[in-house]
Formats: sequence, structure tokens, C-alpha cells
Amino acid sequence: MKTNPLFKPGHTACAGCGQAIAARLVIEAAGPNTIIANSTGCLEVFTTAYPETAWAVPWIHSLFENSAAVASGIEAALKYQGKKDTTNVIAQGGDGGTADIGLQALSGMFERGHDILYVCYDNEAYMNTGVQRSGLTPFDTNTTTSPAGSTSMGNPRPKKPLPEIAAAHGIPYVATASAAYFQDLQRKVKKALSIKGPKYIQVHVPCPLGWRHETNLTLEVARLAVDTGLYPLVEYESGVLSGRRQIAPKPVEEYLKVQARFKHLLKSPDEIKKIQEIADNNIKKYGLKVEAAPQT
Amino acid sequence: MKQFFEGSHAVAQIVRLCSPGVISAYPITPQTHIVEDLAQMVADGKLDAQCVNVESEHSAASVVLGSEACGVRSYTATSSQGLLYMAEVIFNIAGMRLPIVLTCANRAISAPINIWNDQQDSISLRDAGWIQLYAENNQETVDLHLMAYRLAEDKSIMLPAMVCMDGFILTHGMEALDMPEQALVDKFLPAYKPLYKLDTADPLTMGALAGPDYYLETRFAIQDTFKDVLGLLPKISEEFRGVFGRDYKDCLVEEYFTKDAERVIVAMGSVCGTIKEVVDELRKKGKKVGLLKVISYRPFPYARICEALKNVSKVAVLDKSVSLGAYPPLATDIKAAFCGKKKAPKIISSFVAGLGGRDITLESIRDIFRKLTVREVNGEFIDLKPELLKEKYED
Repeated sequence: MKTNPLFKPGHTACAGCGQAIAARLVIEAAGPNTIIANSTGCLEVFTTAYPETAWAVPWIHSLFENSAAVASGIEAALKYQGKKDTTNVIAQGGDGGTADIGLQALSGMFERGHDILYVCYDNEAYMNTGVQRSGLTPFDTNTTTSPAGSTSMGNPRPKKPLPEIAAAHGIPYVATASAAYFQDLQRKVKKALSIKGPKYIQVHVPCPLGWRHETNLTLEVARLAVDTGLYPLVEYESGVLSGRRQIAPKPVEEYLKVQARFKHLLKSPDEIKKIQEIADNNIKKYGLKVEAAPQT
Repeated sequence: MKQFFEGSHAVAQIVRLCSPGVISAYPITPQTHIVEDLAQMVADGKLDAQCVNVESEHSAASVVLGSEACGVRSYTATSSQGLLYMAEVIFNIAGMRLPIVLTCANRAISAPINIWNDQQDSISLRDAGWIQLYAENNQETVDLHLMAYRLAEDKSIMLPAMVCMDGFILTHGMEALDMPEQALVDKFLPAYKPLYKLDTADPLTMGALAGPDYYLETRFAIQDTFKDVLGLLPKISEEFRGVFGRDYKDCLVEEYFTKDAERVIVAMGSVCGTIKEVVDELRKKGKKVGLLKVISYRPFPYARICEALKNVSKVAVLDKSVSLGAYPPLATDIKAAFCGKKKAPKIISSFVAGLGGRDITLESIRDIFRKLTVREVNGEFIDLKPELLKEKYED
């Protein structure tokens, strides 16, 4: 433990919060010469209830959907002040603030070429308001607005492919990461900040409250998402796939069965099969499968 | 020396002279000439500023929020739907006490879509915590921008300011006016020194969550500061007169032949020029009429208005806006100013005119003076075309 952390303990995140773990890893990787623009959401609420703050770097929260635009203004001001080359700008928010209500501002930030790293903490629903479905909620997830029922298996749509949408802007760097893979996440943050221009990192962060898993299983759940192929860890440079974390794929059921948000699926082999297909497609699309070691 | 300017070009010039470091805007008629001019000045190296061409007004307001939070003087301009789209950020900027200056090229609100002038856009954001100043002509528009920055950035104020100029009538109107010199502007408006800013050398948290234990005081603080604005604006106006020679008195209101007047129209913006012409005309005929022009709509100078109108027997409030389902906005404030006062006009009638760019002619103004009789009217629409209202639906 650092004696002078940039993300201080004592905040009010729930036990086992994946977002708190990832946010700390991100700012510790970025270092003290960083200004953060934060969207409305759990992270904002649990770190900055006045008169307290968990942040030891300059940090601003304005609204839900505009952190990319606020960060654009910060970057423009730093350029005007001649301080941009020595200051990182990070915009960050949850999946709803990024993929849904904030998508326009995010796309504008990418298209204008601002030297900003945008970090999306993807816990796959609107957790701050009580687990409502977002554009990044996975297929068949039981949320409060995509409930499972006698005529519903939960969320009817797959996740919006936001990393691909970001990459399609031709920005220099896009990556996905996971709260479970510390070094990988921090390497990606450092790599992103070493590149000038807009960067996007989407971090998978379990939410014990919304995903309904045991609070001591946060990292295990995050690891299973990656290891089943449901959350591929990939990198794009200037729109081209340039990196992937290879796995020895586990069946998706191992990931689904530890979370009550998928409990309704466990007696429906057909639905589990559909989710296995999503994982299989990811494995094929990104070349995630580790090749068998050659015989010696 | 007076020069001939289109209103928008004049605004761009005074904004350049105020030396903002970040400008962000999204195009909307009739604001476009202002930001086009500023972009050209930056392109030509005549203005050292970052221009951020955003994808929406919501982001334009958010960009200047971010840059102002970094301690850099910032500027934006918009109109109508653009201002409404900014609305969420507009409230946020005031709550965060960021002294941004915004030009509102006043324009009607959709539907039906209409690009012409009225004041429904800025009036709809009267409760947002911004200082709102309304200009009668383009000299005033220029001068109010300068005073707006000075006022907004004063350490005792730290509130954003909106300079409202009637779309097309002022933005696209040509006028001979005095453009201040840079040296005098610099003397009047020193470099912006924020109380707080985002700075890695001195980290702080801005925009924290304030629960029931703290929120109420943040709103009280803004309300309280508006009282200070009423005190400071007259002092700034006096200083302005000393530096530039133009006299806006207290800059809260302008009184035009109100002292002995029996009938007075209260109004804001460019229509005041038309009203002055009718006042001159009627005064020549011996009629005791006058105009009270409200410059500072927020904060609303209640006491100053009571002082100006207390001996006037009949007052007509002319709104270029409407509060659908209630009395017109300016009229409501004027009536409230006299509520419970012993010395008050006998009649305070209110009229709505000019919505969606309908011309307010000299005859429209004469009509309002004529209608100031013993009968009080509330929110009467002037220059309605009855033939357009005939359509009836039958079952």
C-alpha cells in the first residue's frame, strides 16, 4: 500500500465493488499529473460526498453525459496554458454515461482528436439508480428494467460493441481490460497515456449488488468473464486489432452460475447455448484461444 | 471614433478584446456570425484562443465549463433551441460558480420552428443562476459584454453572465458604434484570476455531491450573491463611464421620461428603441408618457423599479415572451415588485408582442399606450391576426 495514494481509502463504495478497484488502479497508473473529469454515477457518488473526497488529483464532476466534453474543455485550457504536455487528462464514467447518454459527447471528443484518455467502467447496467438495463447490459441479463419473467429471459439484446465503435473513429488506441487483471489494466493505461490523441479503455468491473454475486468473488467473477470469452481483452491501434489476451476457454456456465442475474438461465440449456455462442464467436473473431503447446 | 458594424461582428470584436483563452460553440441561426468571426480571428492569429468546434450545444457549454474550471476565461454563444439544449449545463455552470460569459442571440422556440426574434429562450432560463443583461442596441451589446465579464469574474460574485441581444434585429443589424481600444479594455478588465481551479500543483475536487445537509446553502449563497450584483453593477457602470465615457447610470434600468410620466411602458431589449421613438412623438403632442427599460433582468432590481414607477399611475409591461398558462414573465416580476407597496401604479397592464419575429411597429406601441386606460389587462396579445384564429374543429 502506498503511503500517499491518489485514490484514498474511506470512500463509501459497496463491499466488493469492482469499479473502486479499477478506478484506483487507473489513477495510480496515470500518476499525480492528471486531471479527471468524472460522469455522474456510482464512482462520483461514493468518492465525493461533500465535504469528503477520495481524490488526491484535481477532479471535477459536472453531469451524467458530458464528461468527455468537460475533459475536452480542460484539455483546451491546458493547451492555452501551455501545460498540456505535462498533464494527463482522463474522462471517466460508467457504461450508461458512456455508451448511452454520453455517446454523442464521447464521439465528439474522439472526432476532434483531443489528447484525452476516456475510461469506461463497465458494470453492465445503471447500478447507481438500481440496476436498470443499459446499452452494455449483456444478452439475457435479468435487470430491474429487463426482468426475467414468464415471457422474458431478461435483456433481449447483446452488448453494444462500444470498443469497435471507438476504434471505428480511427483513434490511436482502444483497449478492453478487466478489474481482475491488474497489471494488464495498468499497462494499458500507461500505454494509452504515452500516446497523443484520444484513447478509449473499457474496463469490466463486477458489481456484487447488481450482478448478485458474493462480495468476495469480485475478482473471480471478473476473471471468469475473460476466461470464458465473454469479455475479450483486446487492443486496437488506429482502428486495427493489435493485441488480445489468449485464454484456455472455460464453459460460460461457470461464469453464469455464480451470479444471480443469470440464475433464471440455469434451467434453460437453450439459453445457455446462445450465450456460449456469443463467447465462441468472440473466441473466433479475436483469436482468443491458446493454441495447444507443440509436442516436444 | 465610431465605426460601422454588424451586431454579430461587433460582439466578436469585443469578445476578442476581452481575450478569452477558450471559445466553444455550436452553430445556430442567428448566432453564427459571432462564432464564425471569432474562428477567423483565431485562424488569422489575431486572437490567442483555443476554438473547440463541438458536436452540440450541450457539449459547447460543457467545454467552457471545463476550461473555465481550469482557470481560463471562456466564452460561448447560442440561441433558441441551442440554449434549451444547454439548459442542464447552464444550471450546472451557475451551481459551480464559474463566471462564463454567454451571448444569447434571442430567438423564438419551436414548435413551430421559427428562426426569428423573441425572448422566450433566455427568459425560460431566468431561474438558472445566471446574470441576465438585455441590450437595446449594439453599442450597448458591446459594452454589456465588457461589463458582464468584469461583473461575473469579481471575486465577490463568481457567477456566469448572459448578454441577451435580439436575434437579427441586433445580430444582423448595422450600427455605427465605438469599439473600445485594447489598452482601455485591459485597464477595465484585468486578467482573470480564479479563486479556485483545476491544477495538478494544488489538487481539489469540484462538483461534489451535496446532500440535504449542504445543498440548501449552495442555493442561498447564489441568491445572496445576486443582492451583491445589484450593488456592484452600478459601481462597475460608473467605472465604465470613467474609462470609456458612455453612461449607463446604474445599468440596472434606464429611465426615459419617467419622472413626470402618467403612462409608462416597461420593456427589455431592442424594442425599447421603438418605444423611445413613440415616447418622443407623444411627448411632442404633450402626452406624459415614458419608458422604463430593464437591463438587468436577473438579478431583478425590484427596489430600483419601484423607485422609478411609484408615481406613475398607469404602467404597461411589454413582454417579448410568454409564460403559457400564466401572466407574462416580466409583467409577473413587475407586479410582484409592487405587491403590498403603498405607493404603486393604479394600473399595471401586461401585453405580449413580437413572438416569432412579428414586427413590433410604432403603431403597436401607440396601441399599447392607447390601451392603458382605467381597465387593467393581463397578457393581452398585440397585433394578433384574427383571421388566423378562425379555424374550428367540429366533431
